[in-house]
Amino acid sequence: MGVLARADAASIAARLDDAPALPAHSRLRGPETGLVMARGRQGGDGAPFNLGEVTVTRCSVRLADGTVGHAYVAGRDARQAELAAVLDAALQDPAARPALLAAVIEPLAAEQAARAARDAARAAATRVEFFTMATMR
Amino acid sequence: MAYVAVKGGERAIEAAHAWLAEERRGDPALPELTLAQIEAQLGLAVDRVMAEGACHDRGLAALAIKQARGDLIEAAFLLRAYRTTLPRFGASNPIETDAMRIRRRISATYKELPGGQVLGPTFDYTHRLLDFALAAEGGTVPPAPERRTDAVPMPRVTGLLAQEGLMAPEPPSEAEPPDLTREPLGFPADRPLRLQALARGDEGFLLSLGYSTQRGYGNAHPFVGEIRMGAVTVEFEPPELGFPIELGEITVTECQMVNQFAGSRTEPPQFTRGYGLVFGHGERKAMAMALVDRALRAEELGEPVEAPAQNQEFVLYHCDNVEATGFVEHLKLPHYVDFQSELEKIRLLRREAEGE
Repeated sequence: MGVLARADAASIAARLDDAPALPAHSRLRGPETGLVMARGRQGGDGAPFNLGEVTVTRCSVRLADGTVGHAYVAGRDARQAELAAVLDAALQDPAARPALLAAVIEPLAAEQAARAARDAARAAATRVEFFTMATMR
Repeated sequence: MAYVAVKGGERAIEAAHAWLAEERRGDPALPELTLAQIEAQLGLAVDRVMAEGACHDRGLAALAIKQARGDLIEAAFLLRAYRTTLPRFGASNPIETDAMRIRRRISATYKELPGGQVLGPTFDYTHRLLDFALAAEGGTVPPAPERRTDAVPMPRVTGLLAQEGLMAPEPPSEAEPPDLTREPLGFPADRPLRLQALARGDEGFLLSLGYSTQRGYGNAHPFVGEIRMGAVTVEFEPPELGFPIELGEITVTECQMVNQFAGSRTEPPQFTRGYGLVFGHGERKAMAMALVDRALRAEELGEPVEAPAQNQEFVLYHCDNVEATGFVEHLKLPHYVDFQSELEKIRLLRREAEGE
């Protein structure tokens, strides 16, 4: 679910092109956009406080076999929320799950991990190395 | 106060708004700004509008900035107004900033600390000379250097001090925090309520108040224990699922300000913290918030409350720029009847004074 929440509709849809077709679904609720109050902790590790709201889009769907899928994703991307809900439902089918994981979830997770690794590498390049001053003497 | 419904002026208002739209667009010979451009290239303005609008949505903040012609307080106002049209699904689990994917992390109290000093994309150490290369468009930016390393843990600096028993610990609590978007501000305001108000407060106001505590209005001896900026995961537990799911990642900036505390009858001398947390990359705001948070703790720590920054009502009633702009700018609305009565009164007093 976290992987789908971090991916936009276009990249989910692009992965679905190479995946087994998703089952037909009907909408139970949404997609609809609302707010979730994001909380922090005082001092970083103390009592919770309300930091501010985040826009969130949610969607619930039902597949023909009755399986229900839910999604809540940050932002206002209705298509992302609906695709995530359908995938949530479809992934509950043990027969369909491995193929969907391999075609959609794992590649998206890999893309996200690569982006995070690039960010981490750029951050690491700005890490101050104080010992270099000592060796210059 | 009495306001009078004034009829007429409709045509004038329509014409004014049409002119506003034209001014907003500017020279039609120039390409129109896109929201994606604002989001990507005026990112810190977007962050500020999200923080002061108290609503995290980069696209909406970019739209608000475009609509407000770059007036960031007007943009925050637009965002606040929009959020009132949306339903509230609930509240997130508290974000855990120690698990942040760090883009920047510095400490002014320890040179060498676990995880090190990570500068990130900062204005610090730039020369503040106008860069005319940016005036010439079409330049390409070379990619920032990368260094692939194993993940390094970055424990909180306050945690390092707490291990030695030198930092006042935050009492563990999962208490439901008060929410000033649901209940009007009341006094005395608990720290969670104060932090909510400060997090959405005006950066300029908090900056000046924080500055005042450094200059002697309030007994502050602050050190930047740590500033960290990066992506945190927001988790939410939908009632229909009954377990937390990840909504996505947002960028936040956190500042832990470390302050001396002389001790009291019940507490030994130790350090105490001022805390700042804001949406986006907002370092100045997070630092100012942390200074003011610490100043507002004066009463609970048994310190004298003398300076403006230590006065809860003064700070919390005036830090919200949307409320402040509303009340200041309402003076532009017709006050014809009010003023007429003032005019009559002054004339009467003048006649009386002259008659004597």
